[in-house]
Amino acid sequence: MAGAALVALALVVLWESRALPLGSLRNPGPAYMPVALALALLGFGALLIVLGKGTPDVSSVGWTEWRHAVAIFGVCAFAALALERLGFRMTIALALAFLLRVVERKGAIFSLVLSIAFAAGAFLLFDTLLRVPLPRGALGL
Amino acid sequence: MAETLHNLVLGFSIALSPPILLYAFVGCVVGTLVGVLPGVGPLAGISLLLPATFGLDATRAIVMLAGIYYGAMYGGSTTSILMRIPGEAASVMTCIDGYAMARKGRAGAALAIAAVGSYVAGTASVVGLMLLAPPLALFALRFGPPEYFALLVLGLLVLAYMSSGSMLRALAMATLGLLLGMIGIDQMTGYFRYSYGVVELGDGIGVVPVAVGLFGLAEILATAGLPTPPQVLRPALRELLPTRQEWRDSAWPIARGTVLGFLIGIVPGSAHIISSFVSYGVERRLSKRPEEFGQGAVAGVAGPESANNSATSGAFVPMLALGVPSGPIPAVMLAAMMVHGVSPGPLLIREQPGLFWGFIASMYVGNLVLLILNLPLVGVFVNILRVPYPILYPSILAFCILGVYAVNGSVVDVWIMLLMGALGYLLRKLGFETAPIVLGVVLAPMIEMALRQSLAMSDGQYAIFLTRPISATLLGVGLVLITLGLKPLVTRSLDWRARLALAEKGDEQR
Repeated sequence: MAGAALVALALVVLWESRALPLGSLRNPGPAYMPVALALALLGFGALLIVLGKGTPDVSSVGWTEWRHAVAIFGVCAFAALALERLGFRMTIALALAFLLRVVERKGAIFSLVLSIAFAAGAFLLFDTLLRVPLPRGALGL
Repeated sequence: MAETLHNLVLGFSIALSPPILLYAFVGCVVGTLVGVLPGVGPLAGISLLLPATFGLDATRAIVMLAGIYYGAMYGGSTTSILMRIPGEAASVMTCIDGYAMARKGRAGAALAIAAVGSYVAGTASVVGLMLLAPPLALFALRFGPPEYFALLVLGLLVLAYMSSGSMLRALAMATLGLLLGMIGIDQMTGYFRYSYGVVELGDGIGVVPVAVGLFGLAEILATAGLPTPPQVLRPALRELLPTRQEWRDSAWPIARGTVLGFLIGIVPGSAHIISSFVSYGVERRLSKRPEEFGQGAVAGVAGPESANNSATSGAFVPMLALGVPSGPIPAVMLAAMMVHGVSPGPLLIREQPGLFWGFIASMYVGNLVLLILNLPLVGVFVNILRVPYPILYPSILAFCILGVYAVNGSVVDVWIMLLMGALGYLLRKLGFETAPIVLGVVLAPMIEMALRQSLAMSDGQYAIFLTRPISATLLGVGLVLITLGLKPLVTRSLDWRARLALAEKGDEQR
């Protein structure tokens, strides 16, 4: 599985490198190194397929935590989409509240207070005190 | 020698100034917290806290980040001894005998021996760094592009060889990292490569989102849904003093761990992890009572803890003297230095002696701060471990998002972290090591530039790498490593890397 994925990735890189000049041995172009690396990856992927009989199969690996993983992944995607639109404090407060209340089933008031306090505290520490600019969003939050 | 002492005095005059002392102290405290928290290792910790140093000058920022690095190495031992959970990967070996000692009521002694061993090793290895880095930097002035290319290739090969598990898998991951490092504007021709119209990708993929994704987010994805960690054993302060016999049993393991750790630290690879494994093996082999290992042997704590702290300083030698990171953590430190306008390499010591020697002196100070700080405050750090993980991980996740966004003020970096987190999660499940990816991303532009410059110098002749003695030697060593890596495939036996992988896996399952 992993070997096949690496082979597929190498083929994609080789295909995408068509648009870039390969150059020559004397004067390598921008595609020279990526193509060389993609060929190496192709070789490693093929070797993994051939030699990888003892490696774990996707289905044999335990995936018991997948629900949590999907929820966390979704929260991160939400944060990436909302960070500059809603601002740091609002985004982080909503993300934390969702994780604590919905995913971890903590009390509503506890989740709300902790989420807001964390978002406001982190903003105060990094943006106000350490002067790391964080997004405020359309509403200035 | 007189010059070294003179420079060290200059370094101490900088390191003992109140602002630098303060930042070393803050770095050590934050680093210890990072080491204590399961899931936030030194790599993710330094990456996340990099933006917090943007407002500082280069010396203060680097002193603080270095404090975080060795603070995390100290802190990792606390969770290993009290919870049997390694705060960071290098503490895996400490779990075995440290936790066994804790169950026997010797948690305080185990923590004290780990702290003293770390202090001795940390301080002694800084002496090694101080003596070795300047002559190495002088030697490196002879390096041209072919030598750098050979050195960087060797670095990746050594990392792959030193990784636990299969060398083939590690090489595949390093190649994947190098390919990721190809994204962005080609430095020599100005072509956009694989950026698909995303302007932010023009500068390439940053090491911070890659490191935080592969190490921070992937860890959270993999562990958040697991059952809650075991109970924390709480040591009483009065138990902190080891007995005379325990001191006697730990003296030689500390000395051996220090030397081993420093030597392994210089070599590219995940040195701090490997050094603790090697030290544990050496101590068990040399012990008169090997049957005590696994049941609470003092040497099983003293050796690995000294070794992993010594390796931390050793890893700074090639980074500061050659500008070549020897593993993922020095790679992030290198990126952090570059953010602050400092270019580590042969000319650093000559051109910025204040920064270099101030950094060295601050490491002496930092080690002392950690020794004074950690033992009395162990109860405070233990309390942090009592925060249930379902409450802790959302906060760590929020810091991941904050830290990654703040480096460039770009949401694209958050997306990269997200993708790397998913990739790291899958790779971890399938038994791949992700450290070579991080090193590949950092080394890719350097390797490509060195290769193309070398070929331009030689009119396209690859023989240039073999006709120059230094590069030929370095590539020869690389070839030997590949041959050694292939040996288990031929003999169908388990080599030391396979055994290390099994040990790590076994510890995860326990």
